[in-house]
Amino acid sequence: MKSKLLATVAALLLAATASASSAERVKFEMWHGLTGDLGGVVDQVCKRFNDSQADYEIICTSQGSYDNALQNAIAAYRAKKNPTIVQIFDAGTLDLLLSEAYVPARKLMADNGYKINWEDYIPAISNYYANSKGELNSFPFNSSTAMMYWNKDAFAKIGKTEAPKTWEETFDSLKALKSAGYECPMAWNYDTWPIMEQFSAINNIPVATKGNGYQGLDAEFAVNKGKYVDIIKTLKKGYDDGLVKIKTPDTGATIVQAFANGDCQVMLSSIADHGTVGKTQKPDMQWDVAILPTLAGVERHNSLVGGASLWALQGKSDAEYKGAAAFFNFIAQPESALFWSTNTGYIPVTKSGFEFMKSQGFYDKAPYKGRELAIASLNASPVNENTRGIRLGGFVQIRKEMRDALTDIFANKVSVDDGLNSAVERSNAVLRKFEKTYAGKMLP
Amino acid sequence: MEKRATFSMGWLGFAFILPQILLVFTFFYWPTGAAMYWAFTLERPWGGGNEWVGFDNFRQIFADRAYWGSIIRSLMFAASTAILSMAFGLLLAVACDRGLKGYQAFRTIFVWPYAVVAPAAALAFRFIFAPEAGIFASLVKAYPEFWNPAQNGYHAMAMIIICYSWKYAAYCFIFFLAALQAIPRSVIEASALDGAGVLRRVFDIQLPLITPTFFFMLVISITDSFQDSFGIVDVMTDGGPGKATELLVYKIYFDGFRGLDYSGAAAQSIVLMLIMMVLTFFQFRYIERRVHYS
Repeated sequence: MKSKLLATVAALLLAATASASSAERVKFEMWHGLTGDLGGVVDQVCKRFNDSQADYEIICTSQGSYDNALQNAIAAYRAKKNPTIVQIFDAGTLDLLLSEAYVPARKLMADNGYKINWEDYIPAISNYYANSKGELNSFPFNSSTAMMYWNKDAFAKIGKTEAPKTWEETFDSLKALKSAGYECPMAWNYDTWPIMEQFSAINNIPVATKGNGYQGLDAEFAVNKGKYVDIIKTLKKGYDDGLVKIKTPDTGATIVQAFANGDCQVMLSSIADHGTVGKTQKPDMQWDVAILPTLAGVERHNSLVGGASLWALQGKSDAEYKGAAAFFNFIAQPESALFWSTNTGYIPVTKSGFEFMKSQGFYDKAPYKGRELAIASLNASPVNENTRGIRLGGFVQIRKEMRDALTDIFANKVSVDDGLNSAVERSNAVLRKFEKTYAGKMLP
Repeated sequence: MEKRATFSMGWLGFAFILPQILLVFTFFYWPTGAAMYWAFTLERPWGGGNEWVGFDNFRQIFADRAYWGSIIRSLMFAASTAILSMAFGLLLAVACDRGLKGYQAFRTIFVWPYAVVAPAAALAFRFIFAPEAGIFASLVKAYPEFWNPAQNGYHAMAMIIICYSWKYAAYCFIFFLAALQAIPRSVIEASALDGAGVLRRVFDIQLPLITPTFFFMLVISITDSFQDSFGIVDVMTDGGPGKATELLVYKIYFDGFRGLDYSGAAAQSIVLMLIMMVLTFFQFRYIERRVHYS
């Protein structure tokens, strides 16, 4: 009887030590907002990291969308059950930046003994996620920028072999396409990202005072004057003349679908859609991407980075932070950049990653050719006050106010000036409320 | 003398209701209390400080013309969906209750829409109503101005009302059918013998006898339309075009969860709660008088 008991205890002890040795890997969590194909690639990145070393195990969980990742991370953080790493999209950056909820990227890497060459990051990308001293607070992960997608077959019909370089030229081409019998020269979905945010950086005009908000929370939104009014008026006129067609899920097709199936000949969209268009396009359709147009006579500046970055959140153990640092170091390697960009439409975020991909001949091959233009777009000029990014509170609401105004403008419910004025007025109310919420807080 | 089971120990009774009280407290009073507190402060989403601002949040939303528009739209939505879904549910219930041909099958089929989750129904309806891809596409080709929910606010509103009513009519149908079947057959048969036709029986006998159900459905469907409309709006229109389908509950979701304006959203949900309380009060005060409970 006694010996039986002893045997059981011994067996239990053995089992315990066995599981202890396999649990030696420090586990930590990452929450992200990507799903479908992209979510699958994130899982592969995590698996590659886990296979590359024996000390840490990252557990990656998709939260369904960028919004959900942000909301769930906030709820979890407030309940002190947050993951070590969370992916936050561009418009969610400022709230996190003003909180005490994160560990700055630079501090995390320094504390854990990693030497990262911070100068290696493409300036247009690093400035977006950096503090006022230019130090990165989070790791750029999936980065993109807006591009012009154009149908080469259609442009050949109007005698063009290159994409238009200015807005003026663009509208001339759209007119020619219309005359050549194309029903939908350009597709648009009320998205302000290409025609307001990217437009501002490329043409070097601010969207808000105080250096687009980088110098203080008392910035005022200012897209109701000058070139913004002109470009919206041009778009509206293009819409009235049948050059621009609205394509949203409500009408039956998104702009990406409308472009890929050959219905619409031009669209402005993220470089991240490059893969989708390639996979879903009408067979044999010839198309390409080009840098977004500038206004005539304006010197081209760099475009803005979109997408999301990875943040290390507070309240975790040193061991977990070691793991997080190892993971960030892993994804910063050029090989990881190649893997990530090959399997998604996103661009490499470091100069060395880009050079490595070029040296591997990545951009020479058919499905990926053209994506190097996104880097060219981000590198078009040194980054300045108007082109480093937009740091405005409540930016999700501001985007919606703009979108609502544009919808009303295009439905002839308000004039361009009135619509933009009221959107700016409402956006400023959002900004003032945000400023009051963070009263006494300084931008780091 | 009536015999009653009583518990002499007060704590035992309390112990019995404790689980229920805990549930109600955790899932109702506590969140409501937190929302109340947030509504009077400015809450930072990631924590780390909130400032007492009194009625500022309420002042701000009431000063916003768009918010008043949202209240009016929500009331319109509630009224139209209540009328449409109840009328349709009642019609189907009366038909099924009459035992028309194949009613057994239809009785089951008519309940299904309620089992379809709102976003799925909304996806299907979005396709049906899409002016360039759906069933409406051919009509729109002939008359371009006829239908365009992507740009015309009234069309968009009609679209979400129809989608919601389609789903909710199934719910009404269940209750109305149950009520109709509870009416003693003898009453119906007697009136039939006296020569009352189908419509006469419906209006003079069946409807008056099911007024309690009618009243119940009215209260429930109006309350539900304020809350359940969210999924449909989110999938079909995102509150657009412009702000034409921005209902109160969608605005709360957008400002709070997407815009991270927790305090503004908390204040709005307090207002929504008050609106629903007032509406329900009026229904009980003025409509219930005309209801006859047997």
